[in-house]
Amino acid sequence: MMNKIWGVFIIIGVVYGFFTGNINVVNSEILSCGETVLSMVLKLFPIMALWLGIMKIASVSGLLKKMSIFLYPITRFIFPDIPKDSDVISLITSSFVFNMFGLGNASTPIGLKTMKSLKNLSGSDVASSSMITFLVLNTTGFTIIPTTIISLRMMHGSINPSGVIIPCLLASLSSTVFGLIIDRLYRKKYV
Amino acid sequence: MSNLILPIIVLFIVFYGFFRKVDIYDTFVDGAKESFDMVFKLFPNLLGMILGINIFIKSGFLSFVLGFLKPIFGVFIDLVPLCLMRPISGSSGIVLLNNIFSSYGVDSLIGRMASVIQGSTDTTLYILTLYFGSVGIKKTRYALKVGLLADLFGIVSAIVISYFIFK
Repeated sequence: MMNKIWGVFIIIGVVYGFFTGNINVVNSEILSCGETVLSMVLKLFPIMALWLGIMKIASVSGLLKKMSIFLYPITRFIFPDIPKDSDVISLITSSFVFNMFGLGNASTPIGLKTMKSLKNLSGSDVASSSMITFLVLNTTGFTIIPTTIISLRMMHGSINPSGVIIPCLLASLSSTVFGLIIDRLYRKKYV
Repeated sequence: MSNLILPIIVLFIVFYGFFRKVDIYDTFVDGAKESFDMVFKLFPNLLGMILGINIFIKSGFLSFVLGFLKPIFGVFIDLVPLCLMRPISGSSGIVLLNNIFSSYGVDSLIGRMASVIQGSTDTTLYILTLYFGSVGIKKTRYALKVGLLADLFGIVSAIVISYFIFK
């Protein structure tokens, strides 16, 4: 997927630039894009480091685990197919909690582990309903702290970099709820 | 209000760690170290994305195509590429957000809407490929449909919510 999109972007861009006389702009873009990325990364770096440090405290002190226990009943309700004695529920909850705190990178390994356990439960190469629900939960991106966006906003000199937190929260909450509802509808339709 | 959220979360986490007698300082430093690895991984991805997307944009092709869509989307036209690329790749979202901030200003309505769109959605196609691919799922049934519908709903609610909060 990415191969095609990236290739098409560059091919169309260069060819179109050539025929419309914008080739000089394309040329300077090729020369300067490395510098643009470097300055972006350098500015994203400090706030990422800070946030990962704070979140490590939350993880080591057991705070994230405590939140997972708190969310357990909700997860049970969202995943009715998973047997009670299975440890998958706690995996799902911790992956959700990690996502919630903007720790996408830390939650990916847990997410993959969860998928493996879900596959063990279903034992086929067809996606189970629980897998799809889990996927929806991950892709609606429910986040309390959108770290990257806040740091990008700081980098552009925003007067209120964290001002987008509440609308982000509301929007991702509503898309999560919506996603789970249509997931339920499809689940019934496909049985 | 928003200015309170970060300090309160930091306070809460540090407070909890302090009373749990965790080596909070060392743990903080330890966690911060992990960012080196993340930044090293992010750099090549962003580089590829910025090369592809910026050539595409600066050649004039994107504005050529968007010109046709302008009557439909009006002032929101520059949010269209972000909405289309967001489910596919996270770094392309960052690149497009960066471009919107540069051309409209970070605190403009469009800049804020773009922030909320980026912050309240995720890379559905990437996650789908990665998660299902890792365990060898061949038939994904209705997963893509539900994922993309949720994205669409997320984008629309991001626009509506930020319009009412920031207008």
